[in-house]
Amino acid sequence: MLLIPCPYCGIRPELEFSYGGQAHVARPLPSASAEEWAAFQYERVNTRGPHAERWRHTHGCGRFFNVVRDTTSDQILRSYRSGER
Amino acid sequence: MSGRWRSAKAGSEIDRSRPVRFEFDGRSYQGLQGDTLASALLASGVHLVGRSFKYHRPRGIMAAGPEDPNALVTVRRDAARYTPNLNAAQVEVYEGLVAESQNRWPSLRFDVGRINDYLSRFLPSGFYYKTFMWPRKAWHSFYEPRIRAAAGLGRAPSEADPDHYAQRFAHCEVLVIGAGPAGLAEALAAARTGARVMLCDEQAPPVASLPAGSAGAAGESRDALAQLAAMPNVTVLARTTAFGYLPHNMLALAERLTDHLSAPPAHLPRERLWQVRAQEVVLATGAIERPLVFPGNDRPGIMLAGAAHTYLNRYGALPGARVAIVTANNEAYRAALELRAAGVDIVALADLRQRVTGALPDAARQAGLVIRTGTTVIGTRGDRRVTAVGLSAVGADGAVSGDVDWISCDTVLMSGGFTPSVHLFSQSRGKLRWDDSLQVFVPGAAAENCRCVGACAGEMGAGSGSGWLGALPQPADLAAGKSFVDWQNDVTAADLALAVREGFRSIEHIKRYTTTGMATDQGKTSNLNALAIAAQQLGRPISTVGLTTFRMPYLPVGFGALAGYARGELFAPVRKTPLYDWAAERGAVFEPVSLWQRARFFPQPGEDMHRAVARECLNVRRACGMFDASTLGKIEVVGPDAVEFMNRMYVNNWNTLAVGRCRYGILLRDDGFVYDDGVVARTATDRFHVTTTTGGAPRVLAMMEDYLQTEWPQLKVWLTSTTEQWAVIAVQGSKARAVIEPLVERIDLSDAALPHMSVARGQVCGVPALVFRVSFTGELGYEINVPSDYGAEVWRAVWQAGQAHGICAYGTEAMHVLRAEKGYVIVGQDTDGTVTADDAGLGWAVGKNKPDFLGLASLQRPALTDRNRKQLVGLLTADPNMVLEEGSQITAQAGLRPPMKVIGHVTSSYYSAALGHSIALALVSAGRSRTGQTLYVPTRAGESSVTVTNPVFYDPKGERLNG
Repeated sequence: MLLIPCPYCGIRPELEFSYGGQAHVARPLPSASAEEWAAFQYERVNTRGPHAERWRHTHGCGRFFNVVRDTTSDQILRSYRSGER
Repeated sequence: MSGRWRSAKAGSEIDRSRPVRFEFDGRSYQGLQGDTLASALLASGVHLVGRSFKYHRPRGIMAAGPEDPNALVTVRRDAARYTPNLNAAQVEVYEGLVAESQNRWPSLRFDVGRINDYLSRFLPSGFYYKTFMWPRKAWHSFYEPRIRAAAGLGRAPSEADPDHYAQRFAHCEVLVIGAGPAGLAEALAAARTGARVMLCDEQAPPVASLPAGSAGAAGESRDALAQLAAMPNVTVLARTTAFGYLPHNMLALAERLTDHLSAPPAHLPRERLWQVRAQEVVLATGAIERPLVFPGNDRPGIMLAGAAHTYLNRYGALPGARVAIVTANNEAYRAALELRAAGVDIVALADLRQRVTGALPDAARQAGLVIRTGTTVIGTRGDRRVTAVGLSAVGADGAVSGDVDWISCDTVLMSGGFTPSVHLFSQSRGKLRWDDSLQVFVPGAAAENCRCVGACAGEMGAGSGSGWLGALPQPADLAAGKSFVDWQNDVTAADLALAVREGFRSIEHIKRYTTTGMATDQGKTSNLNALAIAAQQLGRPISTVGLTTFRMPYLPVGFGALAGYARGELFAPVRKTPLYDWAAERGAVFEPVSLWQRARFFPQPGEDMHRAVARECLNVRRACGMFDASTLGKIEVVGPDAVEFMNRMYVNNWNTLAVGRCRYGILLRDDGFVYDDGVVARTATDRFHVTTTTGGAPRVLAMMEDYLQTEWPQLKVWLTSTTEQWAVIAVQGSKARAVIEPLVERIDLSDAALPHMSVARGQVCGVPALVFRVSFTGELGYEINVPSDYGAEVWRAVWQAGQAHGICAYGTEAMHVLRAEKGYVIVGQDTDGTVTADDAGLGWAVGKNKPDFLGLASLQRPALTDRNRKQLVGLLTADPNMVLEEGSQITAQAGLRPPMKVIGHVTSSYYSAALGHSIALALVSAGRSRTGQTLYVPTRAGESSVTVTNPVFYDPKGERLNG
């Protein structure tokens, strides 16, 4: 079980969180092309190494935030608030 | 007590004053308190303890620890406490223990399955894949069931587990795994700093109940454990196996609390699962001795040299009277010397090495033992016990002379050297490093805050490093006899060679093809030998072939410990509405809907479900009924941007919804498919009361939060789940207004003041209430929302008031029928994640000229506007009493047989008492254009012809909404 650093609450066990998929996938404008919409909905990376992903502290503050996790070691390199990079 | 096979002196763990009786395969034996089942059997002269997995060959006790691949037994307390696949070296004997051997029929000594051994040239690796290919159909009906019946080791218990199991979380600065000398030293050093220390070991503790002051290593360990046990910052867990190394230094430990007790006290859990989060983990898991790979190396009586040493020292058990020893490292000489001191005849002492030096071999020579250097084993004799071993000279070049010296013996001890037990380190994703001088994999760079110490780190005693890898030199080819590499999975050196010949190159593929290193064993004794043989066949160095992944669990863990408290009523949380008790008192039959228990129907005496539901439906249509709708998801959407937020989330146009009015809302995902639906009320300009499906409430709120927080953080909106704050009492039917009117205050219930799809705040039975004029039945209807704590009281009051009007309580089943009669969809039943609002006949709800909402962009895709998309329609069967099965397929032509073109499927199907006819909803390709057509539904009873209709079966004009 991971220990996840919530930027609002501090380090908490994975049990309190839900996974939110790859981070920084921005929703296109309604006028964007079908390809852009398809990419937004269906295309995700399958990173070997540091991966930016979203987590939500569901059973805590309820906030979404971002985490960089190394997929080869499961070590969490950093976490930061939504909207930050 | 001492018998022929029990040393009079040795035995640090046994208590000679406490004999215990136990039973193995129906025969009674005597052991000593402190014995394991394996040591007690050896001390009784019993070596044959099991049959092998594939060939059913007789097998004995090979090791003295959890690495033993063969001595798997079933321990039986009663029909429910029947535990298969226990390692005899880990089962502690107690008075009355009953154990059985496995994988044999009719008996261990005579086993019919042994025929596989004689047929083995027809059963090479990959045999199943190669043989049972034809005819294809026979796989499911014939081959697989028979292979399954023949496969497997022990049998599962036939009754539910009556024991209870505990689970505990723990935190510590240092967790030490393994209480050998290295682990004890680490634990003591850490404990003296004041840190919280946990120490676990899979063995029983030597501290308790044993004679103190024993000499040597056992005595030192005992002293260290006693010191640790006395320190308040230390937790020592005995009989506790660390079986899983999870991310971020979370270790899973299984503690066995009662399996060693003759009469376990009822209050004790049988096992306890520990989830330990440690700042630092110290792995002192030791090393496992490797067997040697030679023909006939699996006969009972052939053991690891170190195991014989352990059985002698810990339990005083003697493996035999005439012992031959074959080794490639110096540690085996220790066993030779000590067995000889215990009066055992060492009939041969063979070493694969050409030159043997060191203190232990020198001591052996001084003791008068003759060391046969440069010697290999070419075979053994014996069936249920080894009777002879064949030795031949081997040159430095590996050439084996033709001369064989057959030596009569009753025991062969072997030692190929020691493999560091890196299972847990590897599970932690630590990298393993090939050590050329030791010829083993040792821990390399760690992935977690973790250190390996002692033999696990490759710190071996002098001369015990290195050894032999792979098959021993043989005069002829490998096929001369079976040379086992993996005893548990019956994998031989020849099987591995075959896999390479057949083209497998990756060690992971060779593992899967031959099954080496699988099952409960996870390659403890076999991994390195298998790797060496594969590497040799591939002509590549071992370090480049790599190692297969070590998987959890290190040792098998019972389901009981993993399930812990989560069984029976505690398996999952049960959600009950405030009206649950009333329904239960009325004899309602409940059904689970997500975690909720909902009343499905209220049978009267003598009624089955069909009759009860028909009565409830007719009662609603003719008079009125009341229904517990409290499980509806409710989300309060509040804030200055609430309307904008709703516009972006739901397909509907919310600008035009006046305060006090309701609208049927549809929520799509961004892919354009229906995700949820529900009535939404505007209770103030900046406030919406959103209802969701019962099962969808949490995920809808999560989705709203996701978009609000991450896509539109600038919107000033606050979301609150109010699902459990409101009890919802639906009163439906033409008498609904008459029933509730006397109870309602400060709300005008007239059609003019509170028309269909409107809401008002007031009081019901003196309780603050939100009264909705809505209908999920097509009848005049109200949904009274009151604070949950008042729900039961208000329900009873409505029930009382309704008696004069012939009210009934109805359950979810009648609710389903009533809504289907009206063609109202249930998201998740009539939709399946590939249905658009238009497909479901709800295109009218989509707001026009909206700049954006979830799914808007996708709805433009050609695929989502294709005229042949499946659309929701009604179906009427030709036979009015025929109720189609939900999920049935639909064809356009009669008499088709699979494979056939299917144009749709039935999503909802019921008998409608109000219509005197069965009804069904279905998704059918271009369905609306087929209205009036005849389609066909294959059923169990033959093909049924159906007519496509409008999905609104009852009161198509909707006149009954006004009573």
